[in-house]
Order: sequence, then C-alpha cells, then structure tokens
Amino acid sequence: MAASTQNPKRLQGLRNLWESLMQKRWLLPVLLGVGFVLSFAIPQFNLVNPYIQLIMMYVGINIILTTSLNLINGYMGEFSVGHAGFMSVGAYIAALLSTRVLPVEWIGWFFPFTVLIAGLGTALVGLVVAIPSFKTRGDYLAIVTLAFLMIVKSVIENIEAIGGPRGIPGIYRLTNLPWTFFWTLVAVWVIRNFIYSNFGRGVLSIREDEIASDLMSVNTRTVKLQAFVLSSFFAGVAGALFAHVLQFISPRVFDIVKSTDMLIMVYLGGIGSIAGSIVGATVYTVLLEVLRPLQVWRFVLMPLVLVLLMIYRPRGIMGLREFRWFIPSRDLFARKNWHANREKKEVSDATPAS
Amino acid sequence: MTYLLQQSLNALQLGSIYALIALGYTMVYGILTMINFAHGDLFMVGAFFCFIAATTLKLPFIPTLLFSMIGVGMLGVVIERAAYKPLRQAPRVSAIITALGVGIFLESIVLVLYPYPQSVPVLLPNVTWEIGGVVISSIKIIIILLTFALLLLLDFIVRRTMVGMAMRAISWDKSIVPLMGVPLNFVISFTFFIGTSLGAAAGVMYSQAFPVIDPYMGVLIGWKAFISAVVGGIGNIRGAMIGGFILGIVEIMVVAFLPSTYRDFVAFTLLLILLIFRPYGILGKPRPQKV
Repeated sequence: MAASTQNPKRLQGLRNLWESLMQKRWLLPVLLGVGFVLSFAIPQFNLVNPYIQLIMMYVGINIILTTSLNLINGYMGEFSVGHAGFMSVGAYIAALLSTRVLPVEWIGWFFPFTVLIAGLGTALVGLVVAIPSFKTRGDYLAIVTLAFLMIVKSVIENIEAIGGPRGIPGIYRLTNLPWTFFWTLVAVWVIRNFIYSNFGRGVLSIREDEIASDLMSVNTRTVKLQAFVLSSFFAGVAGALFAHVLQFISPRVFDIVKSTDMLIMVYLGGIGSIAGSIVGATVYTVLLEVLRPLQVWRFVLMPLVLVLLMIYRPRGIMGLREFRWFIPSRDLFARKNWHANREKKEVSDATPAS
Repeated sequence: MTYLLQQSLNALQLGSIYALIALGYTMVYGILTMINFAHGDLFMVGAFFCFIAATTLKLPFIPTLLFSMIGVGMLGVVIERAAYKPLRQAPRVSAIITALGVGIFLESIVLVLYPYPQSVPVLLPNVTWEIGGVVISSIKIIIILLTFALLLLLDFIVRRTMVGMAMRAISWDKSIVPLMGVPLNFVISFTFFIGTSLGAAAGVMYSQAFPVIDPYMGVLIGWKAFISAVVGGIGNIRGAMIGGFILGIVEIMVVAFLPSTYRDFVAFTLLLILLIFRPYGILGKPRPQKV
C-alpha cells in the first residue's frame, strides 16, 4: 500500500510490463524450453545443491497431484478426500515392478514404462471409485472416497506378500529432475487440454448444475468416469515418481494427512484453475521447506497463514482464474467477448450478477 | 456367549465415544451446512484438558469433566467467531479448508506443548465385577451411563427448550428466522459450544478408557466419527447417535471374530454397502434437488 502511494508511476510501469508479458503467446514455449534445458543442466552440472534438487522434484510431484485433484474437486465440484489412496496404488504398483517383478538390468530403462503402467493400473482403480459417484454427491461422495482411502490402506496392510504394514524398502532412486519435469508437463498439458475440450465443458457443467447439464444432453456418467479415470491416472503417476524419490514406501506414508495436504494445496492455489494448482503446490511445498528451521512451529504458522488467506481471499490465490497464456487462444476470444457483453449488460441494467 | 456379551460391552463403550463426537459434526452441519473438520482435534484438546485438570490441578472426575467441557466449549466458540464467522458467505469449501487448517493448528500447538504421548491418571473408580463369566469394569459402565445421560440432556435441550427451538429453526432457514427476532450469532455460538463440549466429554472418557494420549489421536477418530455422522444421516442428531453406536459395534465385532488388522477394511466396506442402499444415511432425508 505504502509503496503504491509513494511511487505509483513505477509500480504502474511494472504492472504494465507484467500485464503485457502475461499476454504474450510465446511466453509458454519459452518458459517450457528454458525449464526443460534447466532440468537437464541442474543435475548435470550441480547448479544447485542436491537438497534443493530434491525439493524441486517434490514440487513437480505435488503439482501433478494438485492438478489432478483439482480436476475432481475444482472443476467437477466434488469433494474427494481419497487422492492419497490413488497415489498409494500407483506407488505400490511401481515399487513392486522395480523391486520384485523386473530383472535388475531392466529397471533403469524401463522406468518410464513403470510409471506409465502404475498410472494405468491406478486409472483402473479410479474406474471402480467413479461408479458410486454416479448417484452420490457432495458430502456423501466425500465419505465414499474417504472409505476408499481407508480400504486401500487396510488391504495393503493385510497382504504380507507386498510387505504388509512394513512396506517396501530399497527402491532404486530412479526419479530425476528431467523425468519429474516431463511428467509434470504431461499432466498439466493433458489436464489443461481436457478442461478446454468438449469433455471439459461437460465437467464444468456438472459443477454448475448436474441436473441441468443432464437435461442439456451431457452424459454425466461418462463425464464423471472420464474425470475420475484421468485424475487417478495422474495420481498414480505421481505416486510412482514419489516412490522412486523416497525409496521406501509403507501404508503409513499415504494416510489421511497426505490427502489433507493435497486438499490444502488445491484450495490454497484456488479451485478451478490449473495455474492456481501450480502456484498452490509450489508455494506450499517451498514454504514448508523454508520454514523448516522453525521446526514444530512451522505447523503452527502454516495453518494460520492458510486460515487468514481463506478469510481474506476465500477462493484461494488464483481461484477460477488462469494466467492468460495458459488459456487456448480460441477460448481467450470467447472470454473477451463474454466480458464485453457483460459490461454492456451491466450498464443497461444496474444489477450485477453475484 | 459370554465372549459376545463381553465384546458388546466394549462395543457400547467405543460406540458412546463415537456417538458423542459425531454429534458435534452433525450439529454444526445442521446449522451451518459446514463440516467442522477441526472437531476431531477439539476432541483431542478435550483429552489434554482432562490431563491438565487431573495432573496439575489434581481435580476429581466430575470437576475434570466440567473443566474440560467448558474449556473446550469456549475454545469452540472462539474458533467459530475468529475463523468460521468471516466465511459464512464464502464458498462452502473455503470453510472446510479453514476447518482443516484450524485442526492442524490445534495439533501443532499441543505438539509444541506436549511433544511426547502423555499418560492420564485414571480418575474413575476402577472396580471389576464378574457376572456369569462376563467381566464388567466400573469405568465402562460409568462411560456408557454418562454418555446416555448426556445424549438425553442434549435431546431435551434440542427438543424442549427455547434455545433448542431456535437451533432447529435456524437449521431450517438461515435468512428468514433471524428476522423473527432469533439471535443468529448467539444460536450458532451456542451450537458450537454444545457440540464441542460433547466432543470434549468424549475426549475425557476416551482418556479414561485408553489412558495414553497424543496430539494426533484426534485425526483418525475424528474422521471415523464423521463417517458415523454420515451413516446416521448428517444433520440429524438422533442419526448421529445411532451411527456412532453402529460404527463402534461393527469395529469391535470385527476385531472379536476376525484378525484385528481387518477392522478398517470390513468396517468401511460395510459402510460403502450401506451408503449404496441408503445414500442419505439411516435417518437422513434426501433433499430435493432443483435446477
């Protein structure tokens, strides 16, 4: 506030620069190219220390998780709390593949396929969870997903062949920065394109009103099925990457607290916004690491920040908004027209839509 | 047969605790249509208030219970005023996330104060009788009877008093009823007070039945109590009582007849089956959806 009164001109200049930068269509490819080169260069030449590289990998994994959860919770308007369950399925499939099933000389080059198989396996599980979502909604669906999480944890604990409550130790550390970057990119790209496709419009219409969208000949069952399958696929991918960073997984890693973390990242960043998911996951992960010297106190401080943010900005950092270079250009024009029309309308009748 | 009787006593004890916590969820939901996910942690704070009262203040059981219920009740009111009230007009999920944040905050504050699990001194008279092979401990009997007393008291408050009538009216309609002169904020605060103090009572009883407490004990129990509130039909007070006892009975009976690691699996599978046949819980009524 004080800065803007002292030198409003300079701030305005910065703001203009930011605005014009956000509108540039070349920004996205440039950022991606730089990111891709960096993801190879950083581990190769040790540009930053390994601890920060580790955090960058966690940021990538959390972005995948948050974006995929945002598809269900933000875009479809459900309240799923079982995302850690999907993640654990993916992590276990991948961990079993690389510790038990595959021969040792294979696991290195087979890693991308391991992640893919883990994602596909988790997508199958997501198919099963999608079925109760046809009829139940809201808090009751939250319970179904919560029960799913508990059941998955309980099943894993009871199968001795996959380590039971002790988990799987000794997983090779195969997740590196380029792979994390690649999968994060795939997740964000696929989900963004899904949202702005016809399928995505169906998902949004379910959030706004399920019955109305049903009447408008949206096949709500198919749409829900697609959303759940896609979301759980990427949760499985994230789980597989996570298992190969942590090198040890057990049912305890994927408990309700993990789900709570993901929910916080989604709503901190803002629902219905992929940019929000990226911002939320990055801010939350980095902030928790930056505050590490505070030890236990960081978990006192963090929720306070969250509560204050929710009070003063109830939709999260970027709720329902996107970076402009994120939106496909076709959609951008539609949106501009819509805003222009709304302004005209608001001038004509002085009742703004709430 | 004696084994079954023995286990049903345990089931009633666990069910009492679930029922008391589930009431807090369901009351807040009924009046604000908001899930107070901090409730499980308020239950934990209740157990720690019991610990403080019993060790540093050296109070006997009844004052300890009152101390914990009133203290946590006040805490609940403060949380509602500070964190939830500004969000009444906000999207529903913001309030839910705020509640999750408050829950983590409570856990961490208690973790800062008590980094290690604490053992609570048993304040209730511990006498065991053996009737026909069934071992009955006085603690279990007192917990069950006290729960029933609290449930009857709550039922009386909600159905027979002015405040209870105001609570029911506000859960019916939040915008018109205040125009009739019903003090909205007071009634919401009162609901929070009652709900959280019942959770605290559950915390005290839990710490008497299972005397080791730690800051994270409320997480799983809180979620399970939420599940039992939904099984009973969320927003419905009698439903929450029934749901709590059902969950307690199912959990104990699974452990009694199957390996104990199957507990969560069987309990939640039964829950899913129940929700398929009664999607709105046992006593819940489906709300008509309009376009």
